Amino acid sequence: MKRRTFVKASAAAGLQGILASRMAPAFAQGTALAWIRWNDFVPASDQLLRSKIIPEAQKALGVRVTLETVNGNDLQPRATSAIQSGSGPDIFCLLNNWAQLYADSTVDVSDVAEKLAKEQGGVYPTNSSVSKVGSRWIGMPWATVGLLIAYRKSWLAEVGYSTFPDTWEKYLDAGKKLKAKGHPIGQTLGHTFGDAPAFWYPYLWSWGGREVDEKGKVVLDSKATVDSVRFMTGFWKDAHDEGGLAWDDTNNNRAFLSGEIAATLNGASIYIESLRKPEQYKTDKGGPMKDDIAHAALPKGPAGQFSYHVPFTNTVMKYSKNAKAAKEFLTWVHSKPVYEQWFVSQKGFSVAPFKDWEKHPMWAEDPIMTPFKTATSTGRMMGYAGPPDKRAAEVISKYIITDMYAKAVQGMKPEEAVKSADGELRKIYGQA
Amino acid sequence: MLALALLAPAVVILVTFIAYPFVMAIWFSLTSIRVGDPGHFVGLANFTKAWEDSIFQTAFKNTVFYTFWATVFKLTLGMWLALLLNRHFRFKRIVRASMLLPFIIPTVLSAFAWRWMFDPTFSVVNWLLYHTGFIANRLPFLSNGDWAMWCAILVNTWRGMPFFAITLLAGLQTINPDLHEAAALDGANAWNRFWHVTWPLLLPVTLVVVVFSVIQTFSDFQLIYVLTGGGPANSTHLVATYAYQLGVGTGLLGEGAAISLFMFPVLFAVVWIQLKYLKRIEAA
Repeated sequence: MKRRTFVKASAAAGLQGILASRMAPAFAQGTALAWIRWNDFVPASDQLLRSKIIPEAQKALGVRVTLETVNGNDLQPRATSAIQSGSGPDIFCLLNNWAQLYADSTVDVSDVAEKLAKEQGGVYPTNSSVSKVGSRWIGMPWATVGLLIAYRKSWLAEVGYSTFPDTWEKYLDAGKKLKAKGHPIGQTLGHTFGDAPAFWYPYLWSWGGREVDEKGKVVLDSKATVDSVRFMTGFWKDAHDEGGLAWDDTNNNRAFLSGEIAATLNGASIYIESLRKPEQYKTDKGGPMKDDIAHAALPKGPAGQFSYHVPFTNTVMKYSKNAKAAKEFLTWVHSKPVYEQWFVSQKGFSVAPFKDWEKHPMWAEDPIMTPFKTATSTGRMMGYAGPPDKRAAEVISKYIITDMYAKAVQGMKPEEAVKSADGELRKIYGQA
Repeated sequence: MLALALLAPAVVILVTFIAYPFVMAIWFSLTSIRVGDPGHFVGLANFTKAWEDSIFQTAFKNTVFYTFWATVFKLTLGMWLALLLNRHFRFKRIVRASMLLPFIIPTVLSAFAWRWMFDPTFSVVNWLLYHTGFIANRLPFLSNGDWAMWCAILVNTWRGMPFFAITLLAGLQTINPDLHEAAALDGANAWNRFWHVTWPLLLPVTLVVVVFSVIQTFSDFQLIYVLTGGGPANSTHLVATYAYQLGVGTGLLGEGAAISLFMFPVLFAVVWIQLKYLKRIEAA
């Protein structure tokens, strides 16, 4: 399917009418909206929003949108202060399941979300699970950053892996050899919002560990969890860059691009950056690093292979005096001709929340990015096997799962680390 | 009437910026307030929960450790620096002024600079030590819990030492040089002159500086937030950073307020003991 056909076939008639008439809907004339998002790991996308999409919004809707971008770790504090003071950005683009924490303070966007989901092929469970409370949409799913392992093909091949290791044992074996050659695996075990939960939660699940069972009972303290922690203590020492204990979400990008590490779980931003500056990022043999990068899913453990991808949700705040305009803006920005511009600028770093976008011709342009196309459909969310609700959000905000592994690799006995984390979970879930 | 009018601005400022937030913090700590949900009265439940919270226990111990050692280093090095700066040498004024730089630079900026210097992968300190042959492997400045805590203490000392030095220097300059001269004539060596003349006369100033420093260090937030974020595995979390993470980050405002209020009795006790001691010295 060609891009033009894709857009033509799916563009909403109402939106086309607005665009064609070049007249803004009367209700929104002169309205100002403030939209806050993270600093995108694909800076071109923020640039596109500022220079093109937002000015287009003013023409199409008569809405003057101000975009503010901040470090992802600063979004939660901003949301808390805005809600408590009753003033702040009209729309918050929140990560993970943070929207659940603010569910009582967000405008119901069910009408917009249901309509768009229907028009665009249905929504992925990853997105709906964090954007809904019961049947109410507390936010409009914006996108999901798919997280896969980015690795150096040549270095893995040098240690005997022409394809990426598909089990943790094989990954350990490869990692040991890579570390001996000075190119360890790089993974954050620090207090950070993206790469840390995206690695440690699926790692836990792959061993059969989980926070709660289907009935909501805390079951973290299990043999499976202890096994996962025990395996990691050796894996960390033998195969990882141990500096990862102090990494945030940017450290692994820098370490990979500077040739310090051989593999890391990340969004596609490493590869996209290497594409953007092929002259700057070279391999040790002098070739462009982009040609030596591939992506793979996390290896599987005794209980299977899992993944966690970071969903983004636009929430319209109840204190906003322009909630109606905000919903209109979200409808407009999600319309295919508009959203497509942003989606393409991401080059696959973000996956759309609706399934139709899997068919987008962009995915055929670069086979290295193909694994991201359907990554979201395999993801689980935090709080598994329960819902990713407020309690799960509290667990992730306190970094309890990440710190369980961090404590063990620093010397705490695996059983103690698991017991301690389980105790914290029980307090949060009211089962102490 | 005039007295009331003159007092009014100060009272308004105190009530608005000190009393009101303090009372609100106490109220929050007694309720189940979460972000966007006013909650209800829960008595001391938030305090009990915090007391049993292993992360809080870690953060509290960390705070005491961090405050104690940072204050010891700041006092020792600050005193040493003040004694050096009290001597006559060329460019004395420039040196004294430049010494204040760490104190003047915004903490966030200097903490970022230190974070880069301690970066797990690209630390300039590691680079220098490695290339000069002192180390074969990178030092885990921020990626080992103990190292990270000592790094935080180092940065706090670097930042706070000038305050000690300048204040103690001001105190030193009020000491009559005749006293030192007389002691020297009586055969007192440098150490004896310091211990029996300088130290007793400087003690009131020292106590005031220590009180200020303990308050600031015990409630430190910015430095840790930027340098380590409380990691790895909460090993550098302080009471203030954990209260922020819970209250502002996670939206559990009641629990966050309760945790931050744990600082109050400790600081109150420290200030009370030190001021009482100061009074006794002054009376003597």
